[in-house]
Amino acid sequence: MKSICLCFKVHQPIRLRLYRFFEMGNSDYYYDDYTNEMILRRVAESCYLPANKIILDLINKYQGSFRIAFSISGTAIDQFKIYAPDVIESFRKLAATGCVEFLAETYSHSLSALKDENEFRRQVDSHATVIETLFGKRPTVFANTEFIYSDEIGAQVAGMGYKATLTNEPTPFLKWKCPNYLYKNAINPALMVLLKNERLSDDIAFRFSNSAWSGWPLTAAKYVSWLNKIPEEEKIVNLFMDYETFGEHQKLGSGIFKFLGSLPSEVLHNSDFQFMTPSEVAQHHQPVAAIDVPRPISCADQERDLTAWLGNELQQEAFEKLYVLSGMIGKCNDPALLKDWQYLQTSDHLYYMSTKYFSDGDVHAYFNPYDSPYMAFMNYMNVLNDFSIRLNREMSGKGKVQAINRPNNLTRSKLIEHYN
Amino acid sequence: MNINVLMFGWEFPPNISGGLGTACYGLTKGLTSFNDVDVTFVVPKVFGDEEKGNINLIGAGDVPVTNRRLNLKEFGKSIEYFEVGSKLVPYVDPEDYLRQSEYTVEGTKSLIETDIQGRVKFSGKYGPDLMSEIARYALVANVIAQDNQFDIIHAHDWLAYPAGIAAKQASGKPLVIHVHATDFDRSGGTVNPNVYAIEKRGMDVADKIITVSNLTRKIVIEKYGINPDKVITVYNAVEPYQHEDRTPIIKGLDEKIVTFLGRITMQKGPEYFVEAAYRVLQKMDNVRFVMAGSGDMMDKMIRRAAQLRITDKFHFTGFLKGDDVYRMLRMSDIYIMPSVSEPFGISPLEAMQAGVPVIISQQSGVAEILSNAIKINFWDINGMADAIHAILSYPGMSKMLSKYGKKESCNLSWKNAAYEVKQVYQSALRA
Repeated sequence: MKSICLCFKVHQPIRLRLYRFFEMGNSDYYYDDYTNEMILRRVAESCYLPANKIILDLINKYQGSFRIAFSISGTAIDQFKIYAPDVIESFRKLAATGCVEFLAETYSHSLSALKDENEFRRQVDSHATVIETLFGKRPTVFANTEFIYSDEIGAQVAGMGYKATLTNEPTPFLKWKCPNYLYKNAINPALMVLLKNERLSDDIAFRFSNSAWSGWPLTAAKYVSWLNKIPEEEKIVNLFMDYETFGEHQKLGSGIFKFLGSLPSEVLHNSDFQFMTPSEVAQHHQPVAAIDVPRPISCADQERDLTAWLGNELQQEAFEKLYVLSGMIGKCNDPALLKDWQYLQTSDHLYYMSTKYFSDGDVHAYFNPYDSPYMAFMNYMNVLNDFSIRLNREMSGKGKVQAINRPNNLTRSKLIEHYN
Repeated sequence: MNINVLMFGWEFPPNISGGLGTACYGLTKGLTSFNDVDVTFVVPKVFGDEEKGNINLIGAGDVPVTNRRLNLKEFGKSIEYFEVGSKLVPYVDPEDYLRQSEYTVEGTKSLIETDIQGRVKFSGKYGPDLMSEIARYALVANVIAQDNQFDIIHAHDWLAYPAGIAAKQASGKPLVIHVHATDFDRSGGTVNPNVYAIEKRGMDVADKIITVSNLTRKIVIEKYGINPDKVITVYNAVEPYQHEDRTPIIKGLDEKIVTFLGRITMQKGPEYFVEAAYRVLQKMDNVRFVMAGSGDMMDKMIRRAAQLRITDKFHFTGFLKGDDVYRMLRMSDIYIMPSVSEPFGISPLEAMQAGVPVIISQQSGVAEILSNAIKINFWDINGMADAIHAILSYPGMSKMLSKYGKKESCNLSWKNAAYEVKQVYQSALRA
């Protein structure tokens, strides 16, 4: 029995407004509500709502044979609650069918797994609670921000009680291994690891409307014929992609919704595959081996590593200056500060500071509110500095004050060493 | 196919007063590095201390013009008349001839002041005699065009356009004009009608027009009514970093230094710098601001700084030349160019080569090609102040701008620009 595992990622950051250094110490509202609302509504109309409807119809039509999963970030949920409660409603309808699994993530789609184990644990926990509250079931499968994974991180996730996690196929150093099997974590074998089949996932997510591509135009029938060519012993195909593939990255006119609509029928009638959610895959298949990932991998950019967020000096400085504050946060109770602390950790803030897009693709520029990475850095640091001032003021009654602009022990070169 | 270029400029290093001479020099050097391009560069006055390399440099003041026929094949005339000291710029075409018909022409006499050896006097500067100097330059250009073999004419900026036109009429060869700046940039909109007329005439007569940025290209097309097909952008570049000495600069001040280096005139936006400095000084103490240069607005800026009570941290150096410029840059932590309208702007590139982070205005040509610079609208004083604060407070930012800015500016070579100019020549020759 062969399994297809479809998992769609839903994330929107809470973007910062233009924050000048004069405001530091004087203004504690950091977010660009207008842009965030505008973008969220737009994606809801062009993608989330129509796609959810199609999926709901498919689930009802195939009465349990069509099963999928979603990984929705906490920042997306917070914004849905304010700007698009109809989207939450449509996800709840999907949850009610019993054929849809919801995964756990870090609450603010952050990089905390790389830096602070306690913070990481706290974030995953609060996210899982929100998912349970909204959709009725506590997640048993975890997906980190942009599938950042390493043996260490996997072990931590296992320690939190999760049965499985998703990540990218580690193409650079696992050439002989294939993503179409189930693996287990190298440190803690209790954790199953599902690897994204990059080629087949990206065929839909990236190449679908590219008329220069050899596979264009892609129909469900053609796609399933490729699935059928997969060798017999490879039992799993994991298709993980951004949900915005449907309607945003691949526009309505490209036929992507039609593809989605016709895919279950093709798969169920013309192939040996069945649809399974990630936890079902982890349950019904046997892991063939442990997967060794000594240094973190991800699904971001060409390099599939951490350079999308930590590749240049700006990013490294911002990251460092952010987590210097975690000691104080641990003792803080103020809800506004804690909320800001979450939102400031969203990985997108660092993503916008990448200098890769000077030469490279449009990926970093999509929904990027800044003209240049320097502006992104400047703005973020101004906000972070104000946050630090507020935190210091809050804590100064309770403990010693920590200055943010003084250099600390973790120098730049050590940081690169640590993450490369 | 060898291309012989007859180039008309106005300045040649080291006797320069702005970017024009630097740009001409760099471009010419770049062109002569190609085996199949030869350049004859004409300036009004050769001073004798020029570093010409393999450029054939001619001073218009060294060319005898008496008893010469001025060749005007296009109009079938072989005589023309120039009046010295006239406010109107006399062009060698029938319309002007008619307008000045009260002056009669006899034989091959041309009324122009020369020395005993028949050479016309040029100052090569921007004196009160400028208009007539341009006219005399055109006259001599006509003669030079008869005496030299070349395939194409290239005239830099409005001062040389009449010369380029005269050379075209003497030879029938195609004319390329190079717009380094327009009067719109210099005046902020209220152009001098005489200068505008010269500029427009040059653009109309030219076969191809090169502009130093898309900003300038837009102005040429929209304000001068020129066909876009004729106008091509070729970005300026910067000479490689000459100063190899690593003698440490002993900076006597502890504070960070933010520098404005340029003419203190409306076009360069000095007042925005002063206001931004004031904003920054309200929140930061460990910084000093320097306005290096001189110009017609200098007094006004000094008074404003005094009014804002910032003269303990805001300093004026007066005009800097040669090595002092370089020393100033090396002492700086930020270089800022808040120009209101800058056709290109080579100076930020020089700062970047020295590893200095730069803040430049969006309204400059050089902003079109730079990634590792902070770009702000010239009027956005708060944005400028924010950027200054960020570069001085966040070491990651200044390190990155310094490191990658240096790399980026070192990649902008005159050879690339020259190559593109060569393409323009070839398209003009083909037509």
